[in-house]
Amino acid sequence: MENKIKLNPSMFEKATLEDRNAEKIKRPSIKYWPDVWRRLKQNKLAMVGLTLIVIMSVMSIVGTHINEFDYKEQNYGLINQPPDSVHWFGTDELGRDLFTRVWLGTRYSLIIGVLAAAIDFVIGVVYGGLSGMASRRVDSIMMRIAEVIYSIPYLLIVILLSVVFSQQGSGTSMFVLILAMTLTDWVPMAILVRGQVLQLKESEYSLASESLGGTRGWILKKHIIPNTLGPILVNVTLTIPRAIFAEATLGFLGLGLQPPSPSLGNLSNDGLAVMPVGIFYQIFIPALFISLIMFSFNVLGDGLRDALDPRLRK
Amino acid sequence: MKKYLLKRLAMSIITIWAVITITFFLMHAVPGNPFAKEGKMPKVVYDNLQKKYGLDKPLREQYVIYLKNVLKGDFGDSMKSRVETVNDMIERGFPVSARIGAQALLIAIVFGPALGALAALYQNKFPDYFSMVLAILGISVPSFIMGTIFIQFIAKNVSWIPIGGWGTWRHTLLPSLALAMMPLAHMARLMRSSMLEVLGQDYIKTAQSKGITKSAVILKHAVRNAILPVVSILGTTISNLLVGSFVIEKIFGIPGLGSFFTKSISNRDYTLIMGTTIFYAIILVALLFTVDLAYMFIDPRIKLTQEGR
Repeated sequence: MENKIKLNPSMFEKATLEDRNAEKIKRPSIKYWPDVWRRLKQNKLAMVGLTLIVIMSVMSIVGTHINEFDYKEQNYGLINQPPDSVHWFGTDELGRDLFTRVWLGTRYSLIIGVLAAAIDFVIGVVYGGLSGMASRRVDSIMMRIAEVIYSIPYLLIVILLSVVFSQQGSGTSMFVLILAMTLTDWVPMAILVRGQVLQLKESEYSLASESLGGTRGWILKKHIIPNTLGPILVNVTLTIPRAIFAEATLGFLGLGLQPPSPSLGNLSNDGLAVMPVGIFYQIFIPALFISLIMFSFNVLGDGLRDALDPRLRK
Repeated sequence: MKKYLLKRLAMSIITIWAVITITFFLMHAVPGNPFAKEGKMPKVVYDNLQKKYGLDKPLREQYVIYLKNVLKGDFGDSMKSRVETVNDMIERGFPVSARIGAQALLIAIVFGPALGALAALYQNKFPDYFSMVLAILGISVPSFIMGTIFIQFIAKNVSWIPIGGWGTWRHTLLPSLALAMMPLAHMARLMRSSMLEVLGQDYIKTAQSKGITKSAVILKHAVRNAILPVVSILGTTISNLLVGSFVIEKIFGIPGLGSFFTKSISNRDYTLIMGTTIFYAIILVALLFTVDLAYMFIDPRIKLTQEGR
């Protein structure tokens, strides 16, 4: 059977330029991080948190210089003054200006939070990465050690260390405080990183890269690290409020930073002391600041987690 | 499973040993002598004091003695209190702290997951917003501030709720609630997200299409699966409660172990600090062990012999 179709040019239509471009990708493809940022921006609560963090960071630097008072300048003529036009947040029981002290406290709290998170990050990534890349036996031993360290109650050790390193009646230096906090707190990060490395090591694209001749270092640099960055970032964001909270608790127990340096925890502790007399602003203001910081970092961390979660991608 | 249990038990013992060792050497590394605050004393008195607490012996020997005593459950004499030993204080303080802690845990376990589940079931409706505002408040506001707010706004206005102290069940109400807020909030948030995930699963649709009542689908299929992550954070919750209790006991003036601990720190009562720290660690490790066991029975999918790789 022969099926012949006679073709002549009139049967054809000229393709226009428009048709040819139909399949073309017009917009530039959105890269990973801009995409994350785009989704983060849609999360209003996270943006509120981010804005608050930016404002507080800036104010913690400049806020102490806005009025003419120094954080340790005492004025016995003006003790326990409620907030007014001269002392915007009032004065404490030694007549020190609370506006300056609260912003300084915020500065200390933020520094402690960020530094503790940074140290946790470095130790956690190195330890977790090594553990994940190491042989099964080494990995197992490293993880057991980490588990033992982590089951040592965190704040108990922080408290013990501050007892050891602080002198009678005075507080702890910031260095000791941060050291004590990071001593056990790097473990969740290490466990997270190890889990990620193990998972990604077995992933198809790592295998593909390996079969194409990628070395171990290349795979680590090109595939594993970029893909773990998301969860790590979320973890860092959530470590900061934890450290700030720990410092505030210590300060509240009288084991925080050495006076006259104010931390938000110390300030709340001082505020609690005068509360029975009916003075509330002294505890209310630092308490509000701690809560705002905790709130901001927590919602930002949550927002980041959601933005990074591919399952939530629309 | 037996193998896992043994392994887990060995790890717990190592942890407790590590805590004892760290605590012991840290406390003995404190510069100065523990009796400095008593002022100048005759050499004979000083020597006798040293002898009484075994401080005249070499450090290693002291460590072995201490370890042996702790194994026997003896934490030694307090350095400041002449009437009570460390054990006496733990016996007096622990039941108080345990009651507050247990009540707080109960409040958190009952209301946290319930609020989270409600929020997920009514996503983007009033119950959702209500629970999430509560959860955000619980997470942002540290327990010491929560406690102060409670005293200020509840205890001072409601006549039958005492401001602080210890005695009747009414005294335990506000402290337990203040302590419970943070774990409650964490659990609610966790429950909400895991419930949302579970509700989208195929087996929920299957159950629904079989004509099972809504409440059965929610209780037997959704909640049961969604609660697993909540159970897994129980361990962390318990250790957070423990630390939270230091603060709460200070605010409400409760004579619990936490207040002994904080007082022992400001008094520099080294034996009491060591004793309470180690006691806390033992309790905590034992609770974590129990939580792990519970998790094992609740979630049959967990193969505990594997290393997770």
